[in-house]
Amino acid sequence: MITGRIIKIAGPVIVGDGMKGTQMYEMVKVGSEGLIGEIIELEGDTATIQVYEETAGIKPGEIVESTGGSLSVELGPGILTSIYDGIQRPLESIKAQTGDYIERGVAVPALAKDKKWKFIPKIKVGVEVKGGDIIGEVQETSSIVHRIMIPPKVAGTLKSVAAEGEYTIEEDIAEVETSAGAEKIQMMQKWPVRVGRPYKAKLDPDIPLITGQRAQDTFFTVAKGGTAAMPGPFGSGKTVTQQQLAKWADADIIVYIGCGERGNEMTEVLKEFPELEDPKTGKPLMDRTVLIANTSNMPVAAREASVYTGITIAEYFRDMGYDVALMADSTSRWAEAMREISGRLEEMPGEEGYPAYLASRLAQFYERAGRITTEGTEDNVSSLTVVGAVSPPGGDLSEPVTQNTLRISKVFWALDSSLADKRHFPSIDWLQSYSLYVESISSWWNTNVGEDWRQLRDAAMVLLQKESELQEIVQLVGPDALPDKERITLESTRMIREDFLQQNAYHEVDTYCSPNKQYGMLKTIIMFQENATAALDRGAAPEDVIALSVKEDIGKMKYIPEEEFADEIKAIQEKLIKQISEV
Amino acid sequence: MDLNIKTREYTTVAEVAGPLMIVEGVEGVAYGEIVDIITPAGDKRRGEVLEVREGLAVVQVFEGTRDLNTATTKVRFTGETAHLGVSIDMLGRVFGGTGKPIDGGPEIIPDKELDINGAPMNPTAREFPAEFIQTGISTIDGMNTLVRGQKLPIFSGSGLPHNDLAAQIARHAKVIGEETEFAVVFAAMGITHEEANFFMRDFERTGALERVTVFMNLADDPAIERITTPRMALTTAEYFAFEKGMHVLVILTDMTNYCEALREISAAREEVPGRRGYPGYMYTDLASIYERAGRMVGKEGSITQMPILVMPQDDITHPIPDLTGYITEGQIVLSRDIFRKGIYPPVDVLPSLSRLMSGGIGEERTREDHSGVSDQLYSAYSEGRDLRDLMAVVGEEALTERDRKYLAFADEFENRFVTETKDEDRTIQETLNLGWELLSLLPEAELKRVRAEHIPKYHPAYKQ
Repeated sequence: MITGRIIKIAGPVIVGDGMKGTQMYEMVKVGSEGLIGEIIELEGDTATIQVYEETAGIKPGEIVESTGGSLSVELGPGILTSIYDGIQRPLESIKAQTGDYIERGVAVPALAKDKKWKFIPKIKVGVEVKGGDIIGEVQETSSIVHRIMIPPKVAGTLKSVAAEGEYTIEEDIAEVETSAGAEKIQMMQKWPVRVGRPYKAKLDPDIPLITGQRAQDTFFTVAKGGTAAMPGPFGSGKTVTQQQLAKWADADIIVYIGCGERGNEMTEVLKEFPELEDPKTGKPLMDRTVLIANTSNMPVAAREASVYTGITIAEYFRDMGYDVALMADSTSRWAEAMREISGRLEEMPGEEGYPAYLASRLAQFYERAGRITTEGTEDNVSSLTVVGAVSPPGGDLSEPVTQNTLRISKVFWALDSSLADKRHFPSIDWLQSYSLYVESISSWWNTNVGEDWRQLRDAAMVLLQKESELQEIVQLVGPDALPDKERITLESTRMIREDFLQQNAYHEVDTYCSPNKQYGMLKTIIMFQENATAALDRGAAPEDVIALSVKEDIGKMKYIPEEEFADEIKAIQEKLIKQISEV
Repeated sequence: MDLNIKTREYTTVAEVAGPLMIVEGVEGVAYGEIVDIITPAGDKRRGEVLEVREGLAVVQVFEGTRDLNTATTKVRFTGETAHLGVSIDMLGRVFGGTGKPIDGGPEIIPDKELDINGAPMNPTAREFPAEFIQTGISTIDGMNTLVRGQKLPIFSGSGLPHNDLAAQIARHAKVIGEETEFAVVFAAMGITHEEANFFMRDFERTGALERVTVFMNLADDPAIERITTPRMALTTAEYFAFEKGMHVLVILTDMTNYCEALREISAAREEVPGRRGYPGYMYTDLASIYERAGRMVGKEGSITQMPILVMPQDDITHPIPDLTGYITEGQIVLSRDIFRKGIYPPVDVLPSLSRLMSGGIGEERTREDHSGVSDQLYSAYSEGRDLRDLMAVVGEEALTERDRKYLAFADEFENRFVTETKDEDRTIQETLNLGWELLSLLPEAELKRVRAEHIPKYHPAYKQ
């Protein structure tokens, strides 16, 4: 261990002298209270350190101690349902130590070391194993089985494995005879946060991540293992949209990172998630969730680390063979934390004061997403989907964080404040947003939901595009000047906007919409458009078509409970055809 | 904090620049430590250590660096970070921007010494705010509901009546069914004497003064003092709320002046600027103020924040309102266009928002139809406003019958729902009933946002 002295303190950045021999990104303990820090610059004998806690009261001359390791997370049973700060300290344990406020210098273990878990071996002694192989299972929560894996980079013959029974995460449960000698395996692994965990190969993402949100699923799908960016000015409903994904996305595990956001929002998540049921399993959503909460008033350096902590935990569950979805709200705060640290280091700034390495850091982060085959002897397929919220200053999408994010992510959900002002939620702008996965996931929808799904979706997109052109004409000459057919177009797109795209997150039925229901709803609207247009060709007056009472039924489709939907939508469609044919 | 270190005094000021002072040859100085400064004329000022190196400290001087010299200025390091002595006797008192009483009353005998920077509240210790506060303002109660423990700023422009609105809210704010009134902690940063007098007179006139604590930094006080003013106010509020179980409403005005002071210090330190010269850490800094609102599990009291900020050039994308909006739980936006029509309070509901509204309204909190009425008013008013623009281009004749109804709705909405007198105190029932009255101007089939079962119950057409 190397011990140096502090020679300079400026906010979260300190400089230590006598640090020769330490490494970049090595974790250090700063001052008499042993605050956790990380080396971010080395020059001769001095090391610049970012400190993950408040530095007020620290003096030059206090000691800096190296720890020999880099900032790592502890991985093992006990992670799920936890709420951690940016450097994986459980907030509940911090509360038990320091009360309602987070004081500094708290040392709490990330995982409970004395808790015993029931381990069930799933492998025979004597076989060849390598990193990623599953040797046993622990039922961690009511819905998730925690698969205990051989840590990466370990390979050899399995000499022994523990019998079924209760063990703590630090007890030896297996032994592997490697080329370098015997290696004892525990349930807990450690992994440095800034390094991605290994996998065998990346696959094409061609299965959609179903979120139960119509705008996202039907129009701008993100694939399992894909990346999505969600920029939006404040008040555009970014957080609610993000939370809706965390609640309803059909991933096995959800990692939610509240990075530099509001304290009350995290409290809301904490209060709501345990009460909500997973629509698939009926178990509490919290049982599959890990929360990382580094609110805006918690130390800025820990905010910088929080996204890495989150994605490393997500990768660990991916390696078990699970589909994992990670939500980061908001990556702009993360970028700002980088900017703040960079400013304290007096680095040459890039655009808008952000460090020049902003683009590469963002790219590295998003590249840790993907649909993969896991390490280990068997080829298991799993995925890690990353959804990053971006908070562009002033809603200006030309700013560096948004632009650099868009260069990497494949899905763009543009949240628009004028839609939010009209209380059109989710405020996803249908003309600006895009998904590059539509092509690859079409066959899934066509096979599993409806064979004309792709046509319906494209038809709706064409109508919406047409609407914006028509709106320009209406602005100039008034709605009366439009040809009759176009009035039907406007009526249909109004339905798409109000009756399909708008979705009420707070309505008990509307909050989640299954793919079949989405398909049925969209099909009915397109059916209206086609039949109404055909009726005009027969000579019907557009006023009569627009005045049809079936429109009200269409407006209430979204509130039909899933179990009644199949029957009711049939009735609406029949009513629609009947009414239009009678015009 | 290490309390046993001896107080150390130096006369080794090497440099004075803007609000900063560099002291050389110092030893054992801690980051964030409070500094007493004796000017050559013998006055006492305070400062805080912004950066320390071996043998050197950068000090930010709160009351300005005027009259300081590099020869005889004395600097004493106190060995403590900034603290404020708090006591329940602070209610009804007026303090300067640095926490000294300026109302001629006696010094406060502190019950506790608290660090003015506070500490971040543990998210797991927070209670989610959900108790409806009735402000008597329809646009707020009905459409942008304030709840206890929320931070809801007023985004205003110069010359708009944000002070009247804030005073009115402070006067009328109450939780239905509870007798206790809010204690008010009022922090003024760089406002004029006139504005300060307005608030003081209003507190006196309504007999509110005994439940108000005022921290006053006026426009002609040193700008640098403004950095501590809101922190003192919030430290006091935290003491009232979480130690004394009171419900506290904190009014911070004007946050724009605070941010200007922040920029001034940043520029003096020659830091790399972010947008428009504001420091890159302004988000974090503002968060350390705004996040000190909320409720706590197992604690009686609460802190509700209402910061006021004047948007430069009425520009909501300016860094100050922008960063504020990203931290606070919504915003009430005042509009010059509506003000010009002679409407008070000139709240523009469209860009206004309360993020905690959904938890604070509904059957057991306000009334079952609340969220539906609010959504319907929003979408109808927004449609009416769009149609106004359209009418300006194509003329009223080109509009359909339906469109004209929406236009009429938008006018009535502004004249009856938004407009209130300065002493009006509408109950939530009155607000919602008024909402229904306005909605009855529209065809019933258009009312899609309200629940179908509420129409026969509340729609005026079904009354009698």
